[in-house]
Amino acid sequence: MTLLAAKVAAARAVGSLARRAGRGGGTSLPGKVLLALEPEAIRELAARLARGSVVISATNGKTTSAAMVASVLARAGVPAVHNRAGANMAGGVASALLTAARPGGGISGELGLFEVDEFWLDRVVPQLEPRGILLGNLFRDQLDRYGELDTIADRWAAVVAGDQAGRAARLVLNADDPLIADLGRDAPSVTYFGVEDPSVAIPEMQHASDSKHCRRCGAAYVYDVVYLGHLGVYRCTSCGAARPAPSVAAERIALDGTSGSSFDLVTASGRSRVELSLPGLYNVYNALGAAALCLSLSIPIDVVVSGLREVQAAFGRAERIAIGEVELQVLLIKNPAGANEILRTLVIEPAELDLLAVLNDRTADGRDVSWVWDADFEMLASRVRRVTCAGTRAGELAVRLKYAGVPPDRLHVVAGVAAALDAALAEAPSGRLYALPTYTALLELRGVLAERGHTVPFWEPAPV
Amino acid sequence: MPELRVCALYPDLMNIYADRGNLLVLERRCRWRGIDFSVTGSGLGDRLDPDVADLFYIGGGQDRDQTLCARDMAEIKRDALHAAAARGAVILAVCGGYQLLGHSYQLGEETLPGVGLVDLITVRSDAPRLIGNAAIEVELEPGAPRVLAGFENHGGRTRLGAGATPLGRLLRGHGNNGEDGHEGVRRGNVIGTYLHGPLLPKNVWFADWLIRAALGLGEPLAPLDDRLEAAAHAEARQAAGV
Repeated sequence: MTLLAAKVAAARAVGSLARRAGRGGGTSLPGKVLLALEPEAIRELAARLARGSVVISATNGKTTSAAMVASVLARAGVPAVHNRAGANMAGGVASALLTAARPGGGISGELGLFEVDEFWLDRVVPQLEPRGILLGNLFRDQLDRYGELDTIADRWAAVVAGDQAGRAARLVLNADDPLIADLGRDAPSVTYFGVEDPSVAIPEMQHASDSKHCRRCGAAYVYDVVYLGHLGVYRCTSCGAARPAPSVAAERIALDGTSGSSFDLVTASGRSRVELSLPGLYNVYNALGAAALCLSLSIPIDVVVSGLREVQAAFGRAERIAIGEVELQVLLIKNPAGANEILRTLVIEPAELDLLAVLNDRTADGRDVSWVWDADFEMLASRVRRVTCAGTRAGELAVRLKYAGVPPDRLHVVAGVAAALDAALAEAPSGRLYALPTYTALLELRGVLAERGHTVPFWEPAPV
Repeated sequence: MPELRVCALYPDLMNIYADRGNLLVLERRCRWRGIDFSVTGSGLGDRLDPDVADLFYIGGGQDRDQTLCARDMAEIKRDALHAAAARGAVILAVCGGYQLLGHSYQLGEETLPGVGLVDLITVRSDAPRLIGNAAIEVELEPGAPRVLAGFENHGGRTRLGAGATPLGRLLRGHGNNGEDGHEGVRRGNVIGTYLHGPLLPKNVWFADWLIRAALGLGEPLAPLDDRLEAAAHAEARQAAGV
């Protein structure tokens, strides 16, 4: 047994002990143990992957984008080593590799597919030496944990510009996000993707929009089209920096409320209709990034399209669960840009909405709840029938909704997620209830649903 | 009908901690009482009329934006802000805006100018940022202490000069510098604080105090149904451990 094999075995033993001890969220623990024993473990194990690795990061949508790529890879017959939803720091990446490692220097899987936390990208990329890096977007998120947006953008720029591994990778970048697109300016190998459909534009920039100023010269960008947050068609009138033309584009986008979406995937080689069971323009962006990454891996476009069609929502990402007569749809909210897209998708629904909104302020949610004031809950003002508010900061959320213009008699604060779910279900004659939980609230909600015997899809909680 | 006129300084740059929540609370609480409300913005390069508003607001921003605003404020808006303060207008500065109220803000090699409305200096520390829920006791009316609860997240350490009075006494959290137990600054109606989260939605009594002070009203404002607001305040205090 080689030294690495011994360390792999030791880390696995810790993982199975933790599982037997009934500790939840143990997915990253074996990886953490392995990295403590062998700091170069990710590099050594990833080197066994015959087709190399790809890395996905973004503030919003990295879990869904990775699930989409996984679906395409499955369709293409490429066995992947994938850190599924959540475990996206070094420990999670190492755990996925550890699980796949085989004795004698082998590994079960050909391609590594790794979702990586924004703050871990610069530590994980040099180890993985990925062949492709998909960067989807950067939004204001958990300032108490992540710091300023500029700080993350600078760290990402260092990954793709300074580091050997970063420079060797093909970058797949969102042309519509100026912070992201700028990363490709001097890179040797870049694919840009973007939306080309003014019919889904929003009339003006939303309040929480970031990056309104040119990363190069500091002047204000001029936006000809705004699609989502600060994503759109922009240019700097001072230094001339502008949105690069996307070579993988979404045209003729159709948004079907909370039910799904579709678009034309347009590349140099033609046009294909993509049908998604995931709703909203944000999922069109996720699919577009996933498609661009898969195409860069030389996967045929018809395989990409059929792989995307088969993607089912991860838990908390627009998953539907039948509870008696009521269909519950769970939509994770965690930052202003993401919440805005959820709200935008909800208000397309014609009927008045019944909502269960759960705001927690635990570490994984961000202790600072100020973000709910940056999200445009005003969209809901005349659209809700009842909102049941719960969570450690239920009152704050109710106040936010009240000041957004929701009549106070439609706002109900109920302590405890289980009691709030019951109250919301009992008061949902429409037959549809939308749950909007923050991250740890999603875990609680999942626990309550599982206890009651409802089928909840495979999902791993992230390490915190 | 009275009207509260608010001027937001650099609303597109200094808004990082959901500062619009503070403005929204002022607006709603005025309108629910039949007080008219208007808000104007004053950005980079704009001259400021000291009589344009009853309440001037500046929030927090990213370093790069704060640097641009510091220079602009010191060069173009300083005199107007002094004139506004002298006639009793409310000036509320939160977080990054607060750091610009004093003499200077030293960021490593660079020193940003302040507007000198209050006697304080701020220095960016290499030590960890001061982050977390916080609560302070303030006594805006003599003999009537009240609690403000919010969230702080700042790298700068602010120290008040001999001539300055803190806004409040720290109950929980880090406050101005993590050492002296003080939070914020107050000179008449000029108020600076690190508390955001945002501040006013979870402390509506303070929003009402600001409205009264800005309009120079002697009598209390008409009461509102604040049950939800009281719950939000209680949660914020609980989060801070008070």
